[in-house]
Amino acid sequence: MFFDPANFRHRAFREGMADTLKVSPGIWAWGLMTGVAMVQAGLGTEVSVWMTLLVYGGSAQLAATPLLAVGAPVWVVLATAFCVNLRFAVFSLHLRGYLMAWPRWQRMSIGYLVADLNYVQFVQRHPHPAPDPAGQRAEMAYLCGNSLLAWFGWQVTSLAGIFLASQVPMEWGLGFAGVLALVGILCSLTQTRLRAVSLVVSSAAAVAAFAMPLRLNILVAIAAAVTVCLVVEQTAWGKKAAA
Amino acid sequence: MDSVQALTLLGLGAVTLLTRCFFFILNRELPFPAWAQRGLQYAPIAALAAVVVPEVMVSQGALITTWQDARLYGAAAGVVYYLSRRGQGQAVLGTIVVGMAVYLPLHMGWGW
Repeated sequence: MFFDPANFRHRAFREGMADTLKVSPGIWAWGLMTGVAMVQAGLGTEVSVWMTLLVYGGSAQLAATPLLAVGAPVWVVLATAFCVNLRFAVFSLHLRGYLMAWPRWQRMSIGYLVADLNYVQFVQRHPHPAPDPAGQRAEMAYLCGNSLLAWFGWQVTSLAGIFLASQVPMEWGLGFAGVLALVGILCSLTQTRLRAVSLVVSSAAAVAAFAMPLRLNILVAIAAAVTVCLVVEQTAWGKKAAA
Repeated sequence: MDSVQALTLLGLGAVTLLTRCFFFILNRELPFPAWAQRGLQYAPIAALAAVVVPEVMVSQGALITTWQDARLYGAAAGVVYYLSRRGQGQAVLGTIVVGMAVYLPLHMGWGW
């Protein structure tokens, strides 16, 4: 893993870190505001610190925070976080093709750390799983460098946000930098016309279904976009647009 | 922190681990149809769009009905910058910087 020299001395480890650096201002601003938001919602310093260290997922933390603050039943909090995180299950299906060459404990330690941006940058840098051990090592080294630096930046800024919560007003809207980081990643993902179709369908569905509980609109949007793309793919225009 | 809170936090950590590793926890090969494999290439962009676009266009649970919202101009400025750079070099970093340069004055100055 990270303490394995075969990973952290690999060239791909630095490539992974360099890619994380490109989106780091967004990660830092987002981490800071997530820390501030937890404390200002009334969670208290101790719970906020443990939440950051254990949960490590901005969207799930922000969804669980108001529920924890009002003392909602444990199963409601967990079910909410699970639904918000279901997109990661979709990612894990994709990552399976890359990770099955490694023992389970290695898969799961790296898997725990792979958040949205890490996944997106990884599959962009490695569109197809490597068939040989050298290529698989490069993929693992990239994932380690990429996710470790993102984890570190997120934790440091989140803890700063928790302890500075009284000094940073939410009204400044610094958290918008996190949204902008994702906007930039979205642009970089829109490489084919069919992916643009996926973007448009998903956006419309996510907004239209926004009133659904537990942020299930995200899953509805993914299902709608993938279905539409698979259907369009079969048409004459779709065959051209997929390339 | 009481024991219920501690239990909830541990559970939330387990949810992160479970969802992020969901399909590669077991060693067993999963039967996986070809159409689903093709569908995977459209899933990441759909998932991110579903998370991001409501952050820009939804306010108080519904699609915004005003143009006086700093998020629209911040996000638009970021996209224009990204396209003008054709995604080269530090385009994502520039998207964040340019977007915030438009967003912050509108948001804090005008109160949009």
